[in-house]
Amino acid sequence: MIEIEALHHSIGKAPILNGVDLVIPEGGMTALIGPNGAGKSTLLSLVARLRKIQSGHIRVAGHAVGQVSDQDLARVLAVMPQETRVSARLRVADLVSFGRYPWHRGRPGKADHAIVDRALERFSLDPLRERFLDEISGGQKQRAFAALAYAQDTPYLLLDEPLNNLDIAAARDLMRLMRELADEEGRTIVIVLHDINYAAAFADRLVVMKDGRIAAQGTPGDVITDTMIGEVFGTQAGVRMVDGRPVVIV
Amino acid sequence: MRLFGLGLLALMAICSLFLGVADVAPGDVFRDAEARALIWESRLPRTLAAMLAGAGLAITGQIMQLLARNRFVEPMTAGAGQSAALGILVITLLVPGAPIWAKMVASSGAALVSSLGLMALIRPLPPTQPLLVPLVALVYGGVIGAVVTFVAYQGDMMQFLGVWLTGELSGVLRGRYELLWIAAIASAATFLIADRLTLLSLGEDTARTLGVNVGRITAAAIVAVSVVTALVVVTLGAIPFVGLVVPNLVVRMAGDNLRRALPLTALAGALIVLVADMLGRWIRAPYEVPVATTISVIGALIFLVLIRRGAARV
Amino acid sequence: MSGRLAILAAVLVLSALAYMVLKAQGPWSFLLPYRATKLAALILVGVALSVATVMFQTVTANRILTPSLMGFDALYVLVLTLLVHSLGASGYAQIGAAWLFAGNLAAMSVLGLVLFAGLMRLAGGDMVRLVLCGIVLGLLIRALTEFLQRMIDPSEFQMVQSLSFARFTQIDGTLLALSFVAIAVALVLAWRLRHRMDVLALGDAAATGLGEPPARLQRQALILICVLVAAATALVGPLASGGFGPSSFFGLIVTAFAHIVTPSHRHAVLIPSAALIGAVILVGGQLVMERLLGFQTPLTVVIELIGGAVFLILLIKRRAA
Repeated sequence: MIEIEALHHSIGKAPILNGVDLVIPEGGMTALIGPNGAGKSTLLSLVARLRKIQSGHIRVAGHAVGQVSDQDLARVLAVMPQETRVSARLRVADLVSFGRYPWHRGRPGKADHAIVDRALERFSLDPLRERFLDEISGGQKQRAFAALAYAQDTPYLLLDEPLNNLDIAAARDLMRLMRELADEEGRTIVIVLHDINYAAAFADRLVVMKDGRIAAQGTPGDVITDTMIGEVFGTQAGVRMVDGRPVVIV
Repeated sequence: MRLFGLGLLALMAICSLFLGVADVAPGDVFRDAEARALIWESRLPRTLAAMLAGAGLAITGQIMQLLARNRFVEPMTAGAGQSAALGILVITLLVPGAPIWAKMVASSGAALVSSLGLMALIRPLPPTQPLLVPLVALVYGGVIGAVVTFVAYQGDMMQFLGVWLTGELSGVLRGRYELLWIAAIASAATFLIADRLTLLSLGEDTARTLGVNVGRITAAAIVAVSVVTALVVVTLGAIPFVGLVVPNLVVRMAGDNLRRALPLTALAGALIVLVADMLGRWIRAPYEVPVATTISVIGALIFLVLIRRGAARV
Repeated sequence: MSGRLAILAAVLVLSALAYMVLKAQGPWSFLLPYRATKLAALILVGVALSVATVMFQTVTANRILTPSLMGFDALYVLVLTLLVHSLGASGYAQIGAAWLFAGNLAAMSVLGLVLFAGLMRLAGGDMVRLVLCGIVLGLLIRALTEFLQRMIDPSEFQMVQSLSFARFTQIDGTLLALSFVAIAVALVLAWRLRHRMDVLALGDAAATGLGEPPARLQRQALILICVLVAAATALVGPLASGGFGPSSFFGLIVTAFAHIVTPSHRHAVLIPSAALIGAVILVGGQLVMERLLGFQTPLTVVIELIGGAVFLILLIKRRAA
């Protein structure tokens, strides 16, 4: 369970989060959606302690973020950041094997290698394992970073706009994989998305943010309505139900 | 603006005449023949040299920025200054008793070659990365600087190297700075092609359709830049950053129209070098801090501010 | 990789041997200790600057900026100038060498951290801006140092000159021992950071996610870098060759070579590889310059020449890639 309490955050003088209270239950996939500048990514990066908390509290599985040691938290929570630029010239397999770092701190054992192999296979990276990161496509790189987070083998997995720059096939593949992780391995997945339809199609729960606050939350069917789209996103787009899931007509 | 600047420059120039180790009060000029001689032989040439060099360097900077289409370059640190020193060094080694005009020609030629080399080097750089140009230019200058040091070591001329690489005005006397008047003429000559250079800054194709002979104008501009740079190095030694800082400040006020900007650039350049020299004379009197050192400190600081600001704008 | 490291080590041993015995003029009893001291200094300096550069490039996430380029060695002279000035030339001479050395290292580490923080703010995450700001910062430090040296008393100035412009020709025994201790300690600590540095190279966010937040590690690495550069500079003076161009590209050549000879992201490989290559370049280079060619020019000038060219090639190649 991720518990967020009275979270305020500003960058420079601009307030980004204005009192966020949120509980994300264990298991399943929760998607954070909202218009640009709503504070989704900031919220995610605070949970992932990529930014320092200015005021408020976050607890992940009982660990208070900011107080628990970085190393311990890295065994509870993995994050795939939005910015994935690596200065070192790395092979795909090397990158993914860093997922084991929180567990072995530089001295990998047999079990670690096995998990890395599994991650490479699961994310269909086996044929690419000896390729350098600057030699593969953006989608493949994105997948490699997802595999890195997967190999970290944590109960919580956070992804910040993982679909950026992905074509439809790559985006669907990645979302399906995440769905599998939630269903088969019981991991708790929190994902920031800007495409509502992907969120509605794959997530169990949606958290809608606007102006640094939680505007709505619940199942996709409950949350995605004409009124919500109008109020939160400020545009009139119709919502239809397709196979029991809401779809926003653009 | 221009009148104010001229007035300020005149005031500073007068102050400069009466600043130095030997105390000379303005009144002494009328009473004391020795004081008159001091001013005539040393202080006046020094003041003029500072102003001429400053004006010339500022103009070369502006022109080079226009040719490179980049605000962060100037010839003195981008290889032309170092090459000018290399030219003098080589001619002194080959022809020990070479007359001053030969040194002048050699250093101008070397500066010219290196400026052309730099242009060829930065031309293919992508315009989306404006900071790549100064980076390449600085390192290019550094490499040529290393060649200079190498030659100087091999030729056992290290003790002279400082003279050319660190610009200083303490040695300026009547009869030793007059070459700078040629630099002044070369700088002034750029006024004649100022309009065509401005057109060039709109892009070569645009300039060509407007009837500008791009090749010839570019060549003329590079020759002027090289000659001015070389003459300053020959007479005073290298003075960095003037060509970088001054045009950047002037452009904020006068815009990119060279005909309007150049006089202001010259004025500001003269002022900055003169003030830096006076500061160097006054701050640790009776010792002197070379003008190049003072300007390096100020210039590098302003350079950092410019990079930061330029990046914020892009 | 270990095979390649072994070859590098062998090359170093061979060049060290050649350095010791080639072109002997004069009695061995004099020559051997004299040359051994110089050799030790060359190796120490090569290793220290190379390891410092490897760490610096990981901390700044770029492959071309080096501590010397951004004026860390000039910073040493700046600190020295300030110390001599505040203590006076005679006061400076009275304090024990060890204390002075420690004071220099401490002051330089503090200034180095401040400078680095400033550089990162100026760079704002852009690689080209980082390198350019680093170089201009280096020019500023050099200019400031020169300015201060003109401000102090001429006798103090002479003192600073004699302290900071020693070359490989004259190495003080005490200083050699002090530098050795400082460099050895810093190397051990750097070695212990090797796995964490690997993680740091993944970028700030990824490193944080893996439980290795960059800020503290960067600080630790920077202090080690400052100590390594300061100790090396204390031994042989700044590698700057005069003029107002960028200073030495020694570290740049070394890391570029290290990435070619031992292509790996692991600091467990990069650190020893760069250390060996750095020592080989200095020992071998000095051997060629001094013994074979009989050149007057200090090695650093040639390194600057070649290094500048390598730098330009790296820049222009990176653009093409």
